[in-house]
Amino acid sequence: MSSPLFRSIDPHRLTQARQAHHETVARAMSRRRFLAGTGAASIAALGPNGFGSARAGAVGLNLPSQLPEGTRATAVLDALPGKKPLIKLSYRPPNYETPIEYFRTAITPNDAFFVRYHLSNIPEVDAETWKVAVGGEGANGQNDFTLDDLKKMPAIEVIAVNQCSGNRRGLFQPPVPGVEWGYGAMGCARWKGARLKDVLDKVGVKKEAIEIVFDGADGPVVDKTPDFIKSIPVWKAMEDNTLIAYEMNGQPLPHFNGFPARIIVPGWTGTYWVKHVTSIKAVTKPETGFWMNPAYRIPVGKFSLVARFVSQETAVNVPITEMVVNSLITSHVEGASVRAGFPITIGGIAWDAGYGITTVELSTDAGKTWQRAKLGKELGRFAFRTFAYSFTPRSKGRRIVMARAANKIGQTQTSELILNPAGYHHNLIHSVAINVA
Amino acid sequence: MRIFALALLASAFAVSAMADEKPVQLKEGPGLDKVEANCGGCHSLDYLVMNSPFPTATLWDAEVTKMIKAFGAPIEETDAKTVADYLKKYYGR
Repeated sequence: MSSPLFRSIDPHRLTQARQAHHETVARAMSRRRFLAGTGAASIAALGPNGFGSARAGAVGLNLPSQLPEGTRATAVLDALPGKKPLIKLSYRPPNYETPIEYFRTAITPNDAFFVRYHLSNIPEVDAETWKVAVGGEGANGQNDFTLDDLKKMPAIEVIAVNQCSGNRRGLFQPPVPGVEWGYGAMGCARWKGARLKDVLDKVGVKKEAIEIVFDGADGPVVDKTPDFIKSIPVWKAMEDNTLIAYEMNGQPLPHFNGFPARIIVPGWTGTYWVKHVTSIKAVTKPETGFWMNPAYRIPVGKFSLVARFVSQETAVNVPITEMVVNSLITSHVEGASVRAGFPITIGGIAWDAGYGITTVELSTDAGKTWQRAKLGKELGRFAFRTFAYSFTPRSKGRRIVMARAANKIGQTQTSELILNPAGYHHNLIHSVAINVA
Repeated sequence: MRIFALALLASAFAVSAMADEKPVQLKEGPGLDKVEANCGGCHSLDYLVMNSPFPTATLWDAEVTKMIKAFGAPIEETDAKTVADYLKKYYGR
């Protein structure tokens, strides 16, 4: 949708921002080459959390070898206006993933947070005139809310992982068409906003209402392309942690992450976290748009998940809902070199749909034996949880390090990928080969 | 008429919001002009490279059909065949 509310992006301003970012990229690249030469880039500085901190600038593409050949050929580090260089998979609509180095901490910086759009018409929204229309045939009334209106309501903060349903799609074998993400279509931020429930209560939701439907300011280039419209069940919309967020890590949302306000659905995949939200409707019939069905579907019976979206279920498939339990080694990239006889700390992050991570186990011998990693501070049940495990590699050679997480309800990661048509829910145990020299 | 509309659309992109988009150079070959004109209006051409070279001929046909039927891309029938043939030859297996 587009309206006079929104200004179009000033190309001149973008060009200036881009030049500045190109210089940043060049600096980052030259520093990376330098570090690679000394071998220092392979080991993160040890920080208070056990395994280090994000090293701004020292990021690399580190494209997984499993990605399609074409993806590896076209992906580059590139900076969108207001963003650090991220891994560009497509320019338009912009799909940029976060380099793995930024996942050495539980909070992902705003300027390194991944960017994902389905449609190319992305207006720059003016916060002064922005408003979200709340109503629908399943509501008793209708009301517009400005940013000030939202900020006058009780402010709620939740630290939560926003992960694309198709994160790691590019690692599927056989390949699945779509945006060929590696590991970085995710991030964790402290979101602040009004409860969706509080906003809905102002207009009143009828008891017959079954879904809450969101639309954002971004839209298609061609009128016939389905607009990106998503719904969630009323029960999920009414949860205390489901927000209309206007702040991310203490700052206004970056343009490319949904400025000035987006929906936050902790525990559920990013597809429901509608950006630049302009319309919220309560409805008594299931939303039937393309992006609800056939898009974002998983086959019945393949995944053991708890949260259901019953009004959207069919006999063969169901909408994707909550994230599967997962973890990622981030202290060492594939092929990193370490010295024999010196202690190293393998670290990373683990997350799930909000049930709570209970254990992360590490293997330093390609999965033959497993040891418990030390978990970092819990920043909330929806947040990334850091982990660290220290050991001293004695013998020289290639060594496979692996991590696997489990949560409070007994969910674990898979050792064999669960194939599905759209390449969702990749939580195959992550392994990294390091060179002990 | 449809082609005209799409050309307008593509030129609008060239001067506005896409000022910061780097051009994606696809492989030279018959049909490249049709690919650029028909695909490039709605998305950058790196989408095609990214999704290669794994697609079978059937998959590329299905993708082109999806763009027309599900996403409403205004592609003439003869162009659709040219586009699919190009993708199969240069970005398929």
